Amino acid sequence: MTNSWTDIRNTDLVVIMGGNAAEAHPCGFKWVTEAKANRGAKLIVVDPRFTRSASVSDFYAPIRQGTDIAFLLGLINYCILNDKIQWQYVKAFTNVAYIVKEGFAYNDGLFTGYDESKRDYDRSTWEYEIGPDGFAVVDDTLQNPRCVWNLLKAHVATYTPEMVERICGTPKDKFLKVAEMVSECSSPTKTMTSMYALGWTQHSKGSQNIRAMAMLQLLLGNIGVRGGGMNALRGHSNIQGLTDIGLMSNLLPGYLNIPVEREADFTTYMSSRAFKPLRPNQTSYWQNYKKFFVSFQKAMWGDAATVQNDFAYQYLPKLDVPAYDVLRTFEMMHQGKVNGYFCQGFNPLLAFPNRQKITESLSKLKWLVTMDPLETETARFWENHGEYNNVNTASIQTEVIQLPTTCFAEEDGALVNSGRWLQWHWAGGTPPGEAKHDTWIMAQIHLRLRALYEKEGGPFPDPMLNLTWNYKDRNEPSAEELARELNGYAVETLYDPADATKVVLEKGKQVVNFSVLRDDGTTACGCWIFSGCFNEAGNNMARRDNSDPDDTGAYPNWTFSWPLNRRILYNRASADLQGNPWDPSRKLIAWDGTKWAGYDVPDIAPNAKPDTVGPFIMNQEGVSRLFARGLMRDGPFPVHYEPFEAPIANVIAPKIRGNPVARIFQSDVAQFATSDEFPYAATSYRLTEHFHYWTKHNRVNATLQPEFFVEISEQLAAEKGIAHGGWVRVWSKRGEVKAKAVVTKRIKPLMCDGKPVHVVGIPLHWGFTGAARKGWGPNSLTPFVGDANIETPEYKAFLVNIEPTTAPVAV
Amino acid sequence: MNMELSRRGFLKAAGVGVAGSTLGAFGFPELEAAEAAAIRPFKLTNTMETRNTCPYCSVACGIIMYSKGDLRKGETAEIVHIEGDADHPTNRGTLCPKGAALKDFVKAETRLKTPMMRKPGSDKFERVSWEQALDRIARLMKDDRDANFIATNQAGVPVNRWTTVGFLAASATTNETAYLTYKVVRSTGIVAFDNQARV
Repeated sequence: MTNSWTDIRNTDLVVIMGGNAAEAHPCGFKWVTEAKANRGAKLIVVDPRFTRSASVSDFYAPIRQGTDIAFLLGLINYCILNDKIQWQYVKAFTNVAYIVKEGFAYNDGLFTGYDESKRDYDRSTWEYEIGPDGFAVVDDTLQNPRCVWNLLKAHVATYTPEMVERICGTPKDKFLKVAEMVSECSSPTKTMTSMYALGWTQHSKGSQNIRAMAMLQLLLGNIGVRGGGMNALRGHSNIQGLTDIGLMSNLLPGYLNIPVEREADFTTYMSSRAFKPLRPNQTSYWQNYKKFFVSFQKAMWGDAATVQNDFAYQYLPKLDVPAYDVLRTFEMMHQGKVNGYFCQGFNPLLAFPNRQKITESLSKLKWLVTMDPLETETARFWENHGEYNNVNTASIQTEVIQLPTTCFAEEDGALVNSGRWLQWHWAGGTPPGEAKHDTWIMAQIHLRLRALYEKEGGPFPDPMLNLTWNYKDRNEPSAEELARELNGYAVETLYDPADATKVVLEKGKQVVNFSVLRDDGTTACGCWIFSGCFNEAGNNMARRDNSDPDDTGAYPNWTFSWPLNRRILYNRASADLQGNPWDPSRKLIAWDGTKWAGYDVPDIAPNAKPDTVGPFIMNQEGVSRLFARGLMRDGPFPVHYEPFEAPIANVIAPKIRGNPVARIFQSDVAQFATSDEFPYAATSYRLTEHFHYWTKHNRVNATLQPEFFVEISEQLAAEKGIAHGGWVRVWSKRGEVKAKAVVTKRIKPLMCDGKPVHVVGIPLHWGFTGAARKGWGPNSLTPFVGDANIETPEYKAFLVNIEPTTAPVAV
Repeated sequence: MNMELSRRGFLKAAGVGVAGSTLGAFGFPELEAAEAAAIRPFKLTNTMETRNTCPYCSVACGIIMYSKGDLRKGETAEIVHIEGDADHPTNRGTLCPKGAALKDFVKAETRLKTPMMRKPGSDKFERVSWEQALDRIARLMKDDRDANFIATNQAGVPVNRWTTVGFLAASATTNETAYLTYKVVRSTGIVAFDNQARV
């Protein structure tokens, strides 16, 4: 989230699209209710189903899953044609006036540089014209035909209300009503917020779904302001934190990158990370990259990371592919190229697409280690549960070790909520049986490996043998010690660069925040964006002052918000070029003639003049990007692409199947279906009574929603002879499930490109362990393909068939 | 059901302090004793309160856990009740149907209590000690890493990569667990490293 849950109270219009907050984030949704009750805010819901959020909305518009980009570009087109643009904001704070290189073009669904054989683009033309002064060329008059404004205008012109109806199945009058309500928020004193979740991410073009809404929000001047923003409602309690700390194949903590093979040495690695400003006087904060990188290396390897060895640069692995993401890893496993696998609190047998392939892959492992507080289907993937898990146990040669861990109630530490608040919590219960903290388990694994390498030797043990391990109890580092390491500390006494006699920070002390980190090895910091969370003032994540001066919704002294306790990202953009708030009733920070100050920590240097330094300090331009340059694999602007399995062909580019640069493995191609064989458009989702596959272990939740079901319209039920409450078989080209049918008015057939499209809704909470009845998840059916930029699997739009059947055979 | 009676009964129970002494003052001491004996003691009396946050979605509602026994004093602590934290700015004490049933997660019958091992081809898990499990894991890792670690690529560039073992991390663990996991996993050279953020 750019903003926070409690900030939603400040909005005038909530758009829930790509999510269902009332169902999946009920207590956060309360702030929508507050905004409606206290400010007269309106709620729009756009969804294939009439959801719980829709039931309390002011306006609901249906949409076919996987067509959000057409809808959103349609909204942008509407705003442009009706001049509903926050012009002062757009001209000052976006790259609307930047000139794009000669040679860049878009035709028939593809941008310049497409290579079909590689399923990739040469993105060299997706860049700005650079002037003789080394800066990007801009045309503030917006007359140049190659400026971003004119390219954008031409790009979205296709997405007329009629085209939106044809692709999305949203009746034109409903689309226009949404467009009218949204476009009103181009006023500097009206603000809209976007609340989205996995309904936007789980597509082969998920990243571009979100980009499209971000572009709309920029055109309306809604980023960086109270009640505005792009608000990703993250699914798990600490998915934000795990991403921040970079537990991903290609990341280092704080959104730094793992080196790739062509970055043979540290100098080469840094050469593409200079982040020189692209316009005069701009911050381009990533210019500090080296400080954060070196401080991380010092946190990891202490004295073994020296100037001489480039701060142990070679201790990091180098990637030969963009990432060993989960889809690639399971494809490798399926090919027999993975021998051992750890699942720490993760249940891939129900979480990853194409369950049959996941079962086959796990069966090829030599060993599997699971760590979890609860039973998981993954730990028992080899166990036969009749129809629910029909495996040949004796033939599965995988050794499985299942380790019991503690749960939240039995451990100390911080989780990062969706609004980037690092909230500390405390253990209150004794773990059951022999269950152990994950920290203890990880320490034991490390210490044993270390001992084996010390005794036996082996390839390149240095990163293990030199890993910083100065914990009071080597067997179990405490949460406090680890939090202090994440915050960072002075490795040597730090002196003022301007006055070498002046001590800034003594050796061993906690750094106040990341602004004092250095690139010479004198500071250490585990995750720079968290720095400030546990400094000499103490554990700021444990702060519990819930006062909220002037009721802004910021709660500045409640726990700690990264970065620097800032509550709203890009908050400099809440004020105009003189530094006055666009909307005085929504003041966040303002310029007092010499500095920025206000309710929030300014997201800009405190003395940065408002008419000189742009608010988007992480970008080299200092402004935000309506045109993304070459930073997205599938285009500098979003394009409507159909899901890989779609009920109709792509109307704007009939030859293109799915996202043209999404990675597909050859072994999966034969399992992509067409609408001839599989006519119905399926989607997956959560219910409010359950959390993934955990709560089926609770008797209360297992009682509230005891049994797997699928939802279909009355029309489809009548066509297929399916009774409400009757058993159905739902199958895709990859597998099948059996479920009770819920025949509902909340799903209605959509008319897309002249063809009726039936939606089948499949919730995801059942398996073969726990207190609920046995069932299946949607992953038995979903295709093995991910988003072109980040490989999030396409769970939200795929094809199935459905027929009445009889109950599964009890086991 | 007799609503009159049940409501009166509830009111009496709720106001027992005042009503009791009033009954006593009116000269019915035995009635006062009977009344007190019939009332279930307040279940959170003499429990420890601990602040925590809900482990499910990213709203991260504040919760208060009540336990018998104080963990901080080294005692065994049994969680007997969990409720919303009214001081928390986001949820202000409210919880959804999942958060309201959190105690059932903590005490679920399917909580894991001991390390288990399933041998190749076997149809059951067998109990093992932590020492056995951890020694085995370290051995399996070491042997695979020794056999499959890629120190350099064909051009002789150090790549220090281990691709035959992967690690999935959990997005319900704390930052601190995540960071320690990061350190341990990265230091081995494992590159098939991911968490739920990808899915």
